Amino acid sequence: MALGERDPHTGHMTTGHEWNGITELNTPVPRPVYFFLAATFTFAVIYWVLMPAWPLWSTYTKGLLGASDRNALTESLQQAAAAREVWTKRIESEDYATVQADPGLMQSVRDSGRTLFTDNCAVCHGGKATGGPGYPNLTGASWLWGGSPEMVAETLRVGINSGHPEARTSQMLAFGRDQMLSRADVENVTTYVQSLSKPAMSKNADTKSPAAGTKAFETNCISCHGENGKGNPELGAPDLTDHFWIYGGDRQSIYTSIFNGRQGFMPSWEDRLSPLERKILTLYVLDLGPGPK
Amino acid sequence: MFGLHYKLERNTIGFALAVIVVAGIGGFVEIAPLFTVDETVEEAPNMRVYTPLELAGRNIYIREGCYACHSQMIRTLRDEVERYGPYSLAVESKYDHPMLWGSKRTGPDIARLGGKYSDQWHVAHLNNPRDVVPESIMPSYAYLGRAELKANDLGLHLKAMRAVGVPYTDEMIANATSDTYGQAMPDSTFSSGLSKRYGDKTTVRDFDGVAGQVTEMDALVAYLQILGKLTDAAYSPVAKAED
Repeated sequence: MALGERDPHTGHMTTGHEWNGITELNTPVPRPVYFFLAATFTFAVIYWVLMPAWPLWSTYTKGLLGASDRNALTESLQQAAAAREVWTKRIESEDYATVQADPGLMQSVRDSGRTLFTDNCAVCHGGKATGGPGYPNLTGASWLWGGSPEMVAETLRVGINSGHPEARTSQMLAFGRDQMLSRADVENVTTYVQSLSKPAMSKNADTKSPAAGTKAFETNCISCHGENGKGNPELGAPDLTDHFWIYGGDRQSIYTSIFNGRQGFMPSWEDRLSPLERKILTLYVLDLGPGPK
Repeated sequence: MFGLHYKLERNTIGFALAVIVVAGIGGFVEIAPLFTVDETVEEAPNMRVYTPLELAGRNIYIREGCYACHSQMIRTLRDEVERYGPYSLAVESKYDHPMLWGSKRTGPDIARLGGKYSDQWHVAHLNNPRDVVPESIMPSYAYLGRAELKANDLGLHLKAMRAVGVPYTDEMIANATSDTYGQAMPDSTFSSGLSKRYGDKTTVRDFDGVAGQVTEMDALVAYLQILGKLTDAAYSPVAKAED
């Protein structure tokens, strides 16, 4: 090793490199650098002992602290569940009417229900649960499959036309497309159906008389929608006399529904949401509307 | 102590090689064990492969850059598990080449989207997201419903997947194109062998609601409806955790 000579000014050695008479000082590494190097090495060794670190072919050193993201998650989920237990236990064990009568519990239902609803239901039924074309309004007490808490909870569990083995199944036939009714009959039934929710129409001289559609309605529609068009929650047949329309209540929409038929779809939530979460959601949506009278 | 170093740093090539060796040791110790440590990838013996239609949908998902705004990775964090479901396991991406975990969520995570909403909802949402989610900033993908799906080369896609380890059989590769049509056209003659080849749970539906043609919309919706449903491996550890 050809080190140079000692530099008279600083007392340090030179490296032996020389460029036109200029030499390079070989100043020793400052002490703090060695200190930090030693400190970080020490930290690393302690970390190896405490935390998961070294691979051992098919396994690895687990560390003395037993740290694991998955266990930490499990623990935080348990802690959260325990913190909520004060009210979740009561919601789980008590029946719907008792919970609905308890303002404190209903406040918890509203708080947690809003999050559940936004995460799972809002994309179809809307952020305010007022529905949209093809998706029922949940605030109007107009329930396809019954508005009692038990019925709503069951719809949530199994879904509608969802493929769940116990799913609620229902279909509006394509009366026009499948040629069960002539176009003229579809027109007439459309007028009749419109008049069900607008009694004033029958007196309006400009529109065709709704009576023309009565016969076709009686032969084709009342088996599901009932004699007076009030619907049937056992079959998921909507009430035609109220002001809630899933696919629109204007003439064209009603005509399309009768001509092409409809088949809605509500997913089954049994695999995705726990019984408690479904109960909270049931209470939450019932709380949004006027509720069963 | 510095003797070797003095020699080494005067030799450019030798010093460069030494840097590579030292960095290589770090890489080896960090990466190589992932192939030998048992816990890296979990077991999922009943996991099924993507059907050709779903694979085509996946290719469209990649082509349209969906991964830039949607992740497919639920992390081990309480808020994510409570919102999206059980955290993602490595094995769930076993047949994903390339994986689409993503690193940015402008939209929500969709690792467990399959079955959450109806086909009609997906079509309406892809046509114009604002129709169903007023506050959405997602672009419209209505043109997917007008584009006929290119299905005649899907056998080659399956073959490429097999080359990187996805267990497609010769029969699957040979029937890829007809299986594609079969899955999106229920009651057609093409559907016959599909569930035999890919399992009884394979969904055969007219995904885009327009009968008689198979569009890119069919493929993308078929893919979105299978997300998180190739295996239920993720549900066992979490079920244990909730006890």
